[in-house]
Amino acid sequence: MSEREIELASAEAKGLLGRRTRRAFLTGGIAAVAGLGAYEWLTKAGAEDDTPWPQRRVLAWNAKIAHAYLSDGHQMPSYSPSQVTYLKPNGDVGLGSDFDASDWKLKVSADGIAPFHLQLSDVTALPRRRMITRFCCIEGWSSIVSWGGARFADFTKKFFPPGRELPRFVYLATPDEEYYVGLDLKSALHPQTLLAWEQNEKPLTAEHGAPLRLVIPVKYGIKNLKRIGSIRYTNQKPGDYWAEQGYDWFAGL
Amino acid sequence: MAKLKLKHLRAVRWFHWINFPLLALMIWSGVLIYWAYSPYHIGSFHFFPQWFVSALGINNRLAEGMALHFTLMWLFVANGIAYVAYTILSGEWRYLVPRSPRAFRDAWQVVLHDLHLRREMPAQEKYNAAQQLAYTGIVLMGAGSVLSGLAIYKPAQLWWLAALCGGYTSARLIHFVLTIGYVLFFLVHVAQVAMAGWNNFRSMIAGYELVRDE
Repeated sequence: MSEREIELASAEAKGLLGRRTRRAFLTGGIAAVAGLGAYEWLTKAGAEDDTPWPQRRVLAWNAKIAHAYLSDGHQMPSYSPSQVTYLKPNGDVGLGSDFDASDWKLKVSADGIAPFHLQLSDVTALPRRRMITRFCCIEGWSSIVSWGGARFADFTKKFFPPGRELPRFVYLATPDEEYYVGLDLKSALHPQTLLAWEQNEKPLTAEHGAPLRLVIPVKYGIKNLKRIGSIRYTNQKPGDYWAEQGYDWFAGL
Repeated sequence: MAKLKLKHLRAVRWFHWINFPLLALMIWSGVLIYWAYSPYHIGSFHFFPQWFVSALGINNRLAEGMALHFTLMWLFVANGIAYVAYTILSGEWRYLVPRSPRAFRDAWQVVLHDLHLRREMPAQEKYNAAQQLAYTGIVLMGAGSVLSGLAIYKPAQLWWLAALCGGYTSARLIHFVLTIGYVLFFLVHVAQVAMAGWNNFRSMIAGYELVRDE
């Protein structure tokens, strides 16, 4: 079948090669049709949150691997103050103008726990961390930004009711609930994940999410929720604004 | 008398023809991603001009591009690894990899020959020196795309890989330049196949080439 060389009379050789060529083209044709069919299925199968479900399965699988591998030692590099660049305030969903920062309170809740409210001073009383990291937009651009805030891990240690097991997810939403993100607990508790109230050593501006925003360098910008209104610890996989529009729910870096 | 000579092993033909649509789709989904942020240009030529974007309808498809890219990457990488492993195990790599510095000089002479600037082809085995460099180079480019792609995909988890690529933005540039490299490879490859003729092309499908004895 796969002899290296077959020596034959010219006519026979031509005949044999012709048969083999026809068979190879037939096999190739069938393979091509099968490939096209597979592609149609992969791209046209029923959508889950705007992405065909077979691709959603693979994204979930990718996320599972990334989540299993993620550790506190996996960090975005740090930069020096001179390397800080301009950060585009890319989105304003959830940043409606009917908002009074002086009236702001942070609602915290968890499965089976009555919600309670915190003042900004409750959060800023936590140990302040400063870091200069790359902010990666899912669109592809990135900026180097200096942030100041409290670790989400410190916040959780301080305010999550003691003696209870932490649920698997965290959900954060703007006060108007127009923009919301879901996070896996491991990424939320990552040492570079901050509840930030300072950007470039100044208080956050409204367009960057004053009075308090999420900074999570191990996720794309879409997860870095501005103007946090509520935080919920939950065992139910939370909804996510951009994941519902076709993007990966995990969106980890 | 005539001979049927086995030129391309069955597995190699499969790897090649599976890689072709996979790479095409990786590039296509990559273009959908690139649309969302398009920083690269050569002089006043920007990747990609508006007519190209409109003609192919690649605008506002970032989520679709990312989902496809991060789905098909598994198949693309698996096929690439299987191909390299097979060429090593079968010994076929001996024909594909240039094994002396002479290959660079010979390859240049092949180029001159193909441009009709030189009469003789340098001595060769199964593949000429230019082919060896091209076929080895494209595999190295593939490895480069996977590594720079992983650096862009997980710059926190694979921070050392991103650092190896010169950082996040540099990894993106490497990933893009390699992609342009595939397109250029494709253009030259198709032109060469067209010039080499049917007997050669057929051997990439059926495996055998017809060799006439004097």
